[in-house]
Amino acid sequence: MNAFLAIVRRDLSLALRQGSDATMALMFFVIVVTLFPLGVGPEPGVLERISAGIVWVAALLAAMLSLDRMFQSDYDDGTLELMLLAPAPLELLVLGKCLAHWLTTGLPMLLIAPLLGLFMNMQADAFPVLLATMALGTPVLSLLGGIGAALVLGARRAGALVALLVLPLTIPLLIFGVSAIEAAVTGQSSKAQLLIIGAMLLATLPLAPWATAAALRQAVS
Amino acid sequence: MHDFGDHRFEGKAVRCRRGGRLVFDRLDFELASGGVLILRGPNGSGKSSLLRVMASLVRPEAGNMLWDGAPVRDDPAAHAARLHYVGHSDAAKPAMTAEELLTFWRGMRGGTGCPVGEALERFGIAHRADFPARYLSSGQKRRLALARLLVSEAPLWILDEPTVGLDADGVGSLEQAIAAHRARGGMIVAATHIRFETGDAVAELDLSAFAPGPADLDAAGDLFAAAV
Amino acid sequence: MNWFHWFANPARFMRLAARLQPWIMVLGLATGAAGLYYGLFDSPPDYQQGETVRIMYVHVPSAWMAMFVYTMMAVAAASFLIWKHPLADVAAQAAAPIGAGFTLMALVTGSLWGQPMWGTWWVWDARLTSVLILFFLYLGYIALVNAFDDPERGSKAGAILLLVGAVNIPIIKFSVDWWNTLHQPASVARMDGPAIDPSMLLPLMLMAAAFKLYFLYLLIVRMRGELTARRIRLLRLSDAA
Repeated sequence: MNAFLAIVRRDLSLALRQGSDATMALMFFVIVVTLFPLGVGPEPGVLERISAGIVWVAALLAAMLSLDRMFQSDYDDGTLELMLLAPAPLELLVLGKCLAHWLTTGLPMLLIAPLLGLFMNMQADAFPVLLATMALGTPVLSLLGGIGAALVLGARRAGALVALLVLPLTIPLLIFGVSAIEAAVTGQSSKAQLLIIGAMLLATLPLAPWATAAALRQAVS
Repeated sequence: MHDFGDHRFEGKAVRCRRGGRLVFDRLDFELASGGVLILRGPNGSGKSSLLRVMASLVRPEAGNMLWDGAPVRDDPAAHAARLHYVGHSDAAKPAMTAEELLTFWRGMRGGTGCPVGEALERFGIAHRADFPARYLSSGQKRRLALARLLVSEAPLWILDEPTVGLDADGVGSLEQAIAAHRARGGMIVAATHIRFETGDAVAELDLSAFAPGPADLDAAGDLFAAAV
Repeated sequence: MNWFHWFANPARFMRLAARLQPWIMVLGLATGAAGLYYGLFDSPPDYQQGETVRIMYVHVPSAWMAMFVYTMMAVAAASFLIWKHPLADVAAQAAAPIGAGFTLMALVTGSLWGQPMWGTWWVWDARLTSVLILFFLYLGYIALVNAFDDPERGSKAGAILLLVGAVNIPIIKFSVDWWNTLHQPASVARMDGPAIDPSMLLPLMLMAAAFKLYFLYLLIVRMRGELTARRIRLLRLSDAA
């Protein structure tokens, strides 16, 4: 447990000191959403209709942008092999890295999402559900993304590759995240969708670190 | 500081393949508490590979490694806990200070070793404790990597060219640390040109003796051979 | 499981495969010719879809193969990671482009079929969408395997990705079905509507068998090529040492 906290604390302080990495994903998130009104036109009705999808797609893309840094610098400077040799289980350390990744990318995106919803004329009833889907969904992004980030260590063009690998896996998240918001807009209950996203989180929480740890071991050997 | 007790670390008929190439085969080694094993051999003979195999970073293709007679692969976590590995990279995060780095590794490994300040002192970088690692010279980074050996207890030190980039003073610090470690019953495997005071506990292993011969290559190649 | 491990010896496999290869080709050509004959000339046009239904005899077997090949690759990946059978890795890597080809064929023929039936080249039908995602999974695997300078790294990373993908496919399928039923009323054309007539079932089954044999033939060719390439690499490395 100490090792888990140590790694979360270290990654957070590194992210704070090298601030650009985390804020870059956030800025990307905002810019992508801003492009859509410019692309499809500023009619409030159109924007409102596509707002949930735009915010979620932009969140997926922004998360991809931040992923290749997740293990890369530790891999490059030899920290990763020392982590493999730490007495704590690697799966736990991976979970710590995913938590730190979520705190530095998922959480800021979650916090700024309502503002972007406002830009996109999203209805007021949709905001709580938007926040709920992002709160449950962005940790899944960090966990699934960890697998991709570990798999591409040492690969050529790792940044593009990780998006190619992870984006198809995030499709269920996109579908249920958007449909939960749309259900709320049309006055239906979005409980079912939220429960499914919650189930995804509960499933990826033990499984993804395990796959990530396997990928890290083969990357270092 | 307490003693590590009496231990044995052995390898039996270890075979290692890297990138499809057989690096060494049927390699035996043994090491007892207080002992030193120096790896020799030309470039490409597999010194680094063997050290990584010993550290369980790389799985041997065949053969066994035993700690006190028990196979290492049965309990990889326990093996990781009893060894320190210093490889080619210093694992120095540019944005973290020397002190923070050591504190981090001390916490990761259970915090059993000597205090961070003392470890920095013993490797002569205490005056750089508050410097972010990006401002450290390569020799100072190496000292920092070596100071990691002291902040947590592990009987087995695996050192891959630990003196690269060190000045005479740094080598002296390392020699002192090694002597203290051995006095407590620690063991050391190293690929290095460092001089140890001679004694029966210092053994050398020449890896060129385990390089695969033509017959081995045929045997290994049979995997994809024939009938193709 | 003993036969499985016995079979996993590359040399033994290659001897057997070389012996089987011509037979597979003959059998595949025969079933393919028969399937095409029945499919194109000796089966009735559909009472709704007319002659275009004959696309089915290529489309449906391709779609089946798309799923079959990915499943086979996932099984191969598991046995590569668990038992370290090099042959399993060779099989997965050799099968990937073939599987991607079948998937592409299913998509293209589906689109060609959709044009006359639905009046548009592409609809976001749940099935089409999941096959499209499957195609992306194939491409991701192929890209990952080839992205490393050390081929061994690519093999292992690819195997882990295949297993992760295999776990995810049911979830993706389920979510796409859910998504589609929310967005669109009942889908336009579905194979699983009325029970299929025996006169159509016979050519369909013949074509499915032909596709499977064709896959097997290509797989053997590609595996022999890959094994030869690995042997050359090994000999080069030994020379260099």
